Amino acid sequence: MATLVHLLVLLAFPPLLQGVIVKTKARFAGRVGAPLFQSYFDLFKLVRKDMVVSRTTTWIFLAGPAVSLAALLAAGLLLPLGATTAPLHFEGDLILFAYLLALGRFFTVAAALDTGSAFEGMGAAREITYACLSEPALFLGLLTLVRLTGSFEMSGLFGAPVVAGWSALGPGLVLVWVGLFVVALVENCRIPFDDPNTHLELTMIHEVMVLDHSGPALAAIFYGASIKLVLFGSLLVRLVVPVLPGGIASWGVFLAALLVFAVLVGVVESVMARLRLSYVPNLLIGAALSTGFGLVFVFLV
Amino acid sequence: MLRLALFAVGLMALSGIASLALPRGRRAGDWFFAALMLLASGAGLVAALGTLESGASEELTLAFALAPGFRIDPLAAAFLVPVCVIPALAALYGTGYWSEAQEPRSARRVRVFLGLLAGAMGTVVLSRDAVTLLYAWETMALATFFLVVARDEEPEVRRAGWIYFVATHVGTLALLALFALLRVRTGGHELARLDPAALTPGTTTAVLVLALLGFGLKAGIVPLHVWLPGAHANAPSHVSAVLSGVLLKIGVYGLVRVLWMMPAVPRSWAAVLFGLGSVTCVFGIALAAAQDDYKRLLAYSSIENIGVILLALGLFALGLADGEPALASLGLAAAVLHVWNHALFKPLLFLVAGSVLHATETRSLSRLGGLAQKMPRVATLAALGSLAICALPPLNGFVSEWLLYSGLLRGTLLAPGAWRGGLAAVAVVLAATGALALLAFVKLFASLFLGEPRSEAGARAHDPRWSMLGPMALLALLCLAVGSAPLAAFGLASRAARSFAALDPVAAGGALAGLARIGVVSAALLVVAALGTAWLARRARVEGRARPGTWDCGFARPSARMQYGPASLVQTFTGLFAWLIVPLREEAPVVGPFPPPARHALAAPDVVLDRGVLPALRGAARAAMRLRPLQTGAIQVYVLYILFALLGLLLVR
Repeated sequence: MATLVHLLVLLAFPPLLQGVIVKTKARFAGRVGAPLFQSYFDLFKLVRKDMVVSRTTTWIFLAGPAVSLAALLAAGLLLPLGATTAPLHFEGDLILFAYLLALGRFFTVAAALDTGSAFEGMGAAREITYACLSEPALFLGLLTLVRLTGSFEMSGLFGAPVVAGWSALGPGLVLVWVGLFVVALVENCRIPFDDPNTHLELTMIHEVMVLDHSGPALAAIFYGASIKLVLFGSLLVRLVVPVLPGGIASWGVFLAALLVFAVLVGVVESVMARLRLSYVPNLLIGAALSTGFGLVFVFLV
Repeated sequence: MLRLALFAVGLMALSGIASLALPRGRRAGDWFFAALMLLASGAGLVAALGTLESGASEELTLAFALAPGFRIDPLAAAFLVPVCVIPALAALYGTGYWSEAQEPRSARRVRVFLGLLAGAMGTVVLSRDAVTLLYAWETMALATFFLVVARDEEPEVRRAGWIYFVATHVGTLALLALFALLRVRTGGHELARLDPAALTPGTTTAVLVLALLGFGLKAGIVPLHVWLPGAHANAPSHVSAVLSGVLLKIGVYGLVRVLWMMPAVPRSWAAVLFGLGSVTCVFGIALAAAQDDYKRLLAYSSIENIGVILLALGLFALGLADGEPALASLGLAAAVLHVWNHALFKPLLFLVAGSVLHATETRSLSRLGGLAQKMPRVATLAALGSLAICALPPLNGFVSEWLLYSGLLRGTLLAPGAWRGGLAAVAVVLAATGALALLAFVKLFASLFLGEPRSEAGARAHDPRWSMLGPMALLALLCLAVGSAPLAAFGLASRAARSFAALDPVAAGGALAGLARIGVVSAALLVVAALGTAWLARRARVEGRARPGTWDCGFARPSARMQYGPASLVQTFTGLFAWLIVPLREEAPVVGPFPPPARHALAAPDVVLDRGVLPALRGAARAAMRLRPLQTGAIQVYVLYILFALLGLLLVR
């Protein structure tokens, strides 16, 4: 039963988050905005469409979206989301989580380079370079939780010890949260790092990598991107709400918190401009340092 | 089992020499050599796996003048496995890659020394005393030298050969000193557990330093790696596969054997191993990402993998020092499994590199591209190799790195005081290394196989013959097998721990449940990803419509040279690492409105070699010139020196 709810949330909920972000941004701009469920409609439309596939490409181009989506879904099974334990959990599963994300990245970048387009090459180069900085930041954040909870299971990283952690070393956990939030924005290609709506290819990261994908392949990419946002969102949400009331109520609290997270992302996007690309590495190094200070806090106490 | 192993090792050593009896310029010699090597490999594998399975240790002393002694135990067997697999596959690949018809000048020589190298590596692993080990070590070093300079008509090859030659002898000297020291302290030269009474703290430190110098030079630990990129890049590719896949691990074997000999491992050794491992990891992969020569890229990545193995050995040493069998078992299993894994995917990638070099005759990434259209099979094998070396699930590299991570995480909870933070830092270094490896190998794979060709170099490329594809396919299958059945691989690798009384493979039990689940996730991932790709491919098929070109945002006439090249792919990164990667630019300034045609070349030379070792050696050579007057050239004077030296030694006694 719990697994069923988990799968349902993992598969059906993610596109709604995109809708909430778009709606928040529209409200900030004084517009009505697209319907909340627009991302679902877009996905259905794309799945029904034909594909145009460049003659330069090989099987890698189509494997890109398929493998990334499969890897993200597998990673989704390792996170507890709104329950106390994930459907799949074992000691050391947080390493698998991080490396599944890396697997998706490998294929997304390879599929972009498969087209031989200069624009997609730029996006690929940026994505993979920034990952070199965001990956250590993510590990530092996870290690803080490992140290705090004494568990190295994704499902064990939250719960009572984190509540105790907030009261004993709140500032340290704030630093970790901020660092992980920056990582989440980078990994999900949100403002201030990347603009999912821009059509100026020279300034983009993720969108420019998928220029040549169309139809079902593009649907898989968009769907994967929305799942990835849920994965990072639930990490951040569970750090703030480590203990849930239990039963179906905990899923309610979790999903509500996730929507708040989406609104937060929307607010950040509305009040900030996109950073100049050359500043992105600096901010990422800052995020790694922030989580690093959090880790030092936890070790000191 | 020991007799079988020695038969296999002897057969390997003689196979190249035996093949000289066959006529020149024909294929018979190449195939005879490959057949003998495969036979020896089968025999050796039976012995190695049998010993791992039984956990028994066997010894043998031959009744010759110097009484060479041999031994096989689970530890030796673990390192014998790659010695048996890789050289034989390289020999098979060589029948299509470096045959007598293609390389009449050097093919016979390469066979002789490849066989000798394999035999010598096996003998090092099976040696029971220092004298046997040193003889085998020197044979191994010299055979490697002759393999590296197979194309000695090229100046770059000769330079790489000489640097290797000097480096390897510095290492041998350190080993001589190490075994002499042990002989003085313990009175024997057998490689056995040392008597605690014989080891003062000073001796222990000297043993560590000399072992790291001697074995570390062979393994390519930074900063002792200076010979490695040149030697591995300039050797014939199937030889590079053996050098990177197996020879480096013999250095690692030496380090593990020294740890095995120590009655008690001081905790400081773990700190040294962690420190050296971290530097080696980051330095190796950063330099790898910056390379334009794909064989040098692979060579630098070998340095990185040696760093990962050192980190695992650090965990092993820490576990031994602290009496934490769980950490020590995880560390040793991770080290052995990573030795095996690297011996699968790195030879695979070097053989891929050989096929590309064979087909295009250039080692420059920026001149290639789009080869997947012409060499689809090699491209698929290269994709598997790249995924494996980036430690991505569902392939084998992930299994050993996961074991290492899981040991480090356990350490952050179990290890004493200040070590916990240190182990967390090591885990972060490993994560950063993984992200950089992704950068380096996306660059390698995409620049070779994806996009459009950047020059005419690959115009006539095609998939190689089956004798070359076969070994690559077998290696790729083994990578997939270890990735999908991690529990079985761990079970075999962890048996190396049976050589250590203090260790209990079962102590790593917490890892077993994880490995089982990783196997399930990996298998499911393979199936789902394959089905998803197949579905997309079916949807992409539209009858009766020509496929268009890549949409380049309305740009009317994109050319292949406008693609993002390998150098631009890593440009931001090399900018961040400008203190480590000092690119060598060769470009003409643009003058006037109609500048003359210009040439631009970019290379990332080794900072340690070019800024550290070579200037230091030049300084030493200048200093040594002051001793020149001693060298008169008259033989009588030299005999006089010998007489004085002997008299001096007698007086000291």
